[in-house]
Amino acid sequence: MNSMDSSLKVEIGSYNSGNIPPLMHEIRHALRNLLDNDETTTIDLRGLPMAPGEQQQLLDILGKGEVSVQLDALGKSEITESSYAGVWLIIHYNNNKEVMGKFIEITRMPAILKTRTADMEESLAALQVKLEEV
Amino acid sequence: MNHDKPLGQALREQGVSRRGFLKFCATTASLMALPPSMVPAIAKALESARRPSVIWLSFQECTGCTESLTRSHAPTLEGLIFDNISLDYHHTLQAASGDAAEAAREAAMEENKGKYLLVVDGSIPLGNPGYSTIAGISNLEMLKEVAEHAAAIIAVGTCAAYGGLPHAKPNPTGAVSVEEIIKDKPIVNVPGCPPIPVVITGVLAHFLTFGKLPELDHLRRPLAFYGNNIHDRCYRRPFYDKGLFANTFDDEGARKGWCLFKLGCKGPVTYNACATIKWNDGTSFPIEAGHGCLGCSEPNFWDMGGFYNALSESTMDLSRTAAVGIAVGAAAGAASGLLNRRKKSKAEAAHETVTVKDLQREEKS
Amino acid sequence: MNSAEFLLWVRGPGLNIAMVIFIIGMLIRLLEIFMLGRKQNLAELRGNGISAGLRTIFTRSTPADKNSMRRSMFTFVAGYGFHIGLFVVIFLLMPHIQLIQSLLGFGWPALPTPVVDLFTVIALISLMALLWRRLTHPVVRYLSTPQDYLVWAATFLPLLTGYMSYHHLWFPYSWLLGMHILSVEFLLILFPFTKLTHAFTLFISRWYTGMMAGEKGVAS
Repeated sequence: MNSMDSSLKVEIGSYNSGNIPPLMHEIRHALRNLLDNDETTTIDLRGLPMAPGEQQQLLDILGKGEVSVQLDALGKSEITESSYAGVWLIIHYNNNKEVMGKFIEITRMPAILKTRTADMEESLAALQVKLEEV
Repeated sequence: MNHDKPLGQALREQGVSRRGFLKFCATTASLMALPPSMVPAIAKALESARRPSVIWLSFQECTGCTESLTRSHAPTLEGLIFDNISLDYHHTLQAASGDAAEAAREAAMEENKGKYLLVVDGSIPLGNPGYSTIAGISNLEMLKEVAEHAAAIIAVGTCAAYGGLPHAKPNPTGAVSVEEIIKDKPIVNVPGCPPIPVVITGVLAHFLTFGKLPELDHLRRPLAFYGNNIHDRCYRRPFYDKGLFANTFDDEGARKGWCLFKLGCKGPVTYNACATIKWNDGTSFPIEAGHGCLGCSEPNFWDMGGFYNALSESTMDLSRTAAVGIAVGAAAGAASGLLNRRKKSKAEAAHETVTVKDLQREEKS
Repeated sequence: MNSAEFLLWVRGPGLNIAMVIFIIGMLIRLLEIFMLGRKQNLAELRGNGISAGLRTIFTRSTPADKNSMRRSMFTFVAGYGFHIGLFVVIFLLMPHIQLIQSLLGFGWPALPTPVVDLFTVIALISLMALLWRRLTHPVVRYLSTPQDYLVWAATFLPLLTGYMSYHHLWFPYSWLLGMHILSVEFLLILFPFTKLTHAFTLFISRWYTGMMAGEKGVAS
């Protein structure tokens, strides 16, 4: 049994596709661009070939910052600012808690958090109705 | 089913908020492998998109493609996409059966003439129409009938796209792909055995969003998903470049996750999105699980010379050919050599010695 | 015909046809040479022919003296660059070794792919330089026959298509790989019937020259 255990040992974490450094550079450039030109960048993590464990490595490097928001629309979404201000991690889940999308957004405030004008207009009307009821 | 309501309005009536819609658009962009910068354009297009009618025909297939699609439990994003197309005929999934099912198909065809989307999985047998029929109608006849007024055709799975398993040697049913029969309609091939579910929905989403089919490669596959080969996007690629290979499935190289080329991986000639999108909601893909790529999204993958033979090896028994060559060559060479020897000894035998007499005779004349 | 069908053909029937023609052709060539026979040497041997033959195989690989080397420096460098490059590419690239192993049942370790890539570039540049010289040097140009250009192209194409496949240049990889294998098949078929046979006969004739000289007790 013991010999079998050792023969089945798989070394995890030794993979390195070399994709993390260029990605970190991309984030740095995006942050520079945000500062200089006020331009937002979004990176879709699904389109990048990652070795097992590499995505976790990347998230560990980015770390957790002060802000953590949970959104409840079409399933949960987790939006957290990394330890680097302006670098946000956005994970969209569906109602079954399956990951639907993973993005890194370099922005002052992720677009999905901002309240939409149309929503505010509808709210205004709704408030009006509520006040009239009262 | 109401096909006239724009998608944005329909979603809001289902209680999807504007943030939810934006999330939907962001994940749809990701699904279509479009850059996140396209999200506003997608949002705008989806807001006014209309639900297309879809007729799904299953021919010589194993239902694996439908399984692949439906295994991602509703209401996922895939589910949402499906909620927003009108799947009017799919004989595995629909409640109606028999005459009622066929009536639904005919009604959908009539109602959406020239606008409906035809999805096909499975190959079409040409050998004998009786090999595969639905409601007594042969596959060939049904395909031609439904294709005639379709806006476009999506061939899902390698069978519909390139003939697939039924087409493998010796192809007993004379199976062919959709594009070998239908020549006058836009066709998208979404091969794979099965295709990655989000790739199927991605193509549908593209049609839903933009009202047209995505950009295709020379085998009519959407470039967004089939633009790169597995090998180039594989996280084990650095091992290939370093010359580190697994020689068996249980040696040191296999345990360290080295390149599987020698074990028959067809990644270098296989165009698919497995290495990036991966399977089971992005968990893993065959190479990550330690097995080489079979090349299932390529034509004739079943006949590519053995799943466990390296790509650079011959698809036939080259050693036997070489042995035959050596035998024939040795015999022919020996025969030719002997012939040359005979010629030489004949020439030697015919050689006449020049005598002093001969020389004197020459002098005289 | 799509790329998959093309690849299937070149890896299967194409490769087998080329291999049979190559093996049969080369065996006929070589056996004809070996079976020519020689008259019995009645003279007393003045040295060991075998060791002299072996020595000559190697000594002929280096220039005879500094002067002739200086005069033919270009041919020397380009010729060696091309031949060494070709050797490395054919015998030390892993997919090639894998093919040989499937044929012979044994293989050997490969070089890292970027190293082989470097040798490919060396071989390609050398070949182009040699063609340029063939076209511009009046004497070499006069001596060149159509076969020389044919053989040059047959050698250049596998290297070029191999390089293009590895770097995914201009065409889809499946087509490039198919073209690469097809070009090798073309080379294999031409091999027995052109001066490409020198890859085999070169060493036989060096051996023969060395042995003859050795038995006579003179340097070759």
